[in-house]
Amino acid sequence: MQVLFFYLVALVTVISGVIVVAAKSPVNSALALVNTFFCLAVFYVMLSAPFMAAIQIMVYAGAIMVLILFVIMLLNMGVEPFKKFTHVTWGVVAGSLVLMLTLFFISRGQPTKVVGAITRDVILKEGHTELIGKSLFVNFLLPFEITSILLLVAIIGAVILAKKEV
Amino acid sequence: MLDSYLPIIVLIVIALAFAVGTIVMSHLIGHRKPSAVKLAPYECGMPLVGSARERLSIKFYIIAMLFIVFDIEAVFLYPWAVVFKRLGMFGFAEMGVFIFILLVGYVYVWKKGALEWE
Repeated sequence: MQVLFFYLVALVTVISGVIVVAAKSPVNSALALVNTFFCLAVFYVMLSAPFMAAIQIMVYAGAIMVLILFVIMLLNMGVEPFKKFTHVTWGVVAGSLVLMLTLFFISRGQPTKVVGAITRDVILKEGHTELIGKSLFVNFLLPFEITSILLLVAIIGAVILAKKEV
Repeated sequence: MLDSYLPIIVLIVIALAFAVGTIVMSHLIGHRKPSAVKLAPYECGMPLVGSARERLSIKFYIIAMLFIVFDIEAVFLYPWAVVFKRLGMFGFAEMGVFIFILLVGYVYVWKKGALEWE
């Protein structure tokens, strides 16, 4: 049942990923991308990582998609009458490189092996969000505080870029 | 574990069924007499002014950017709220520093007039 569900969601993910690239209207691409993000969130749920799923929907399907849609609206792109695939050779080269790297990773590494102290049982016992919260606010306190500086830089950068005349 | 997500799936199915069902039913039951005037695109009954694909003002963009930044700030509050009782005053202080630094950015945005719609 779970395996069947996984393959169904994986199929939807791959199909919407193809639509992102192949759709003629950029807005259709963006909508397909939302669908892809949502399917990835389902994968996080199946990996018993509900916090990651919530973040995936809040940040990617929410915030990042807003940004992508705004870029589409700012650039004022219409529907492409013919989808021209230029640079096919480079696309093939890049695609085969990624494929080779993936095959190398799968054959040499152990992608499905559990590594480290955080096993499935620990997650189920402690709770996924609790584990993230504990390591984020105790072990990685300094990176967390530096994140606020990063966000501050993002705020100032956005204001300076968009409000040049003031 | 995954059983607790069953209500969400049920909700998604109901929402999809409602959306698809409404469109299909109105398509099947609805009475249609199309004419050239009826099928013309319109804006509130006015004659068309221009294309819907207008370039938008940068003002929308800055609001979107600020939304993303403060959205990410809110995301950090979730795991913090979950472990707040275990962290105690220490957790309160560190989140206080985090929010204070972002508050500086908020005050900057406000003073700069980026939230105003001139």
